[in-house]
Amino acid sequence: MHELSIALSLVEMAIEEAERRGSRVIAAHVRLGVLSGVVKEALMSAYEMASEGTSLEGSALIIDEISALIHCAVCEQDRPTRRDERFACEVCGTPATEFLRGRELELAALELAAPELPTLENR
Amino acid sequence: MTDTTRLVEVRQHLLKKNDLQARALRHRFRDAGVFVVSLVSSPGAGKTAFLECTLSALGQEHRVAALVGDLATENDAVRLARSSAPVKQIVTGTVCHLEAEMVERALDDWRLADLDLLFIENVGNLVCPSSYDLGEALRLVLLSVTEGEDKPLKYPTIFSTADIAVVTKTDMVEAAGCDMAALRENIQRVRPGMRVFELSSRSGTGMDDWLRFVAARARESTGHALSG
Repeated sequence: MHELSIALSLVEMAIEEAERRGSRVIAAHVRLGVLSGVVKEALMSAYEMASEGTSLEGSALIIDEISALIHCAVCEQDRPTRRDERFACEVCGTPATEFLRGRELELAALELAAPELPTLENR
Repeated sequence: MTDTTRLVEVRQHLLKKNDLQARALRHRFRDAGVFVVSLVSSPGAGKTAFLECTLSALGQEHRVAALVGDLATENDAVRLARSSAPVKQIVTGTVCHLEAEMVERALDDWRLADLDLLFIENVGNLVCPSSYDLGEALRLVLLSVTEGEDKPLKYPTIFSTADIAVVTKTDMVEAAGCDMAALRENIQRVRPGMRVFELSSRSGTGMDDWLRFVAARARESTGHALSG
């Protein structure tokens, strides 16, 4: 369960970023590669725990799962990997040595509360 | 997203803080001329026995030390102290892996310049340690012949982040009914070209190859006049 440690880093990073911009986080967008070694569901529940009691409590975690893409030396093409064997070329089954995508574990963006604009009524 | 929110791009690795600390450690190790090897495996694969043999053998001619991570006990450090190398335990509490910061803290009162090789034994776990860089020069993944030939296929991420595989307890191949050919093939499936050592800490078979290898790598990397 290293997802909790990762969620704690994520919350710390998001709070820092929001404070720097004088705002509050509505949602955090995370890019998560299927080869990152982090389980989406575990990260979701860890996020809830980690954000409890912080300014992120109640904010949403939106995870964009990134599928794997390798360069297959045999096919001489960029290929997805197999569903059951995530490190092998989907087409010819050769084990991958060059990963182009799929290891992502990053805070991609934050949805922040916009400063309230004056309306006609309270102007 | 509604019109009361705005989207700002961040694009930062979630373990950026750990990565930065690991990078700083790597620089410190290099400047001090110490070659750092980390060990990961599932619980019971024989990390501590392997390390005990390694420290005793290398300690004859090199200045060696070890940090050992464990969830709750200091038993491993007690066992390793028998090799007479300096050993320090990092008790992680509930944390299932070592982080660069824990390593940094544990090294606080050690003079790195007094060491040639430092070994870091991670918490027994094949999942969590894969995400955390510790500043090591070489990462070993250990698996014992009693764990089943398909272990590499079940935990591909840790194999793909390790540099070297060490198959332990080879004195038990027959008793465990381990198909060594299948095990070797599975390692190569998840990490093509991976260097593999097969050895038994108990009988000593295969240890020499590993010891020669790590001494040579340390010598190359630190430029020290290490013998071995």
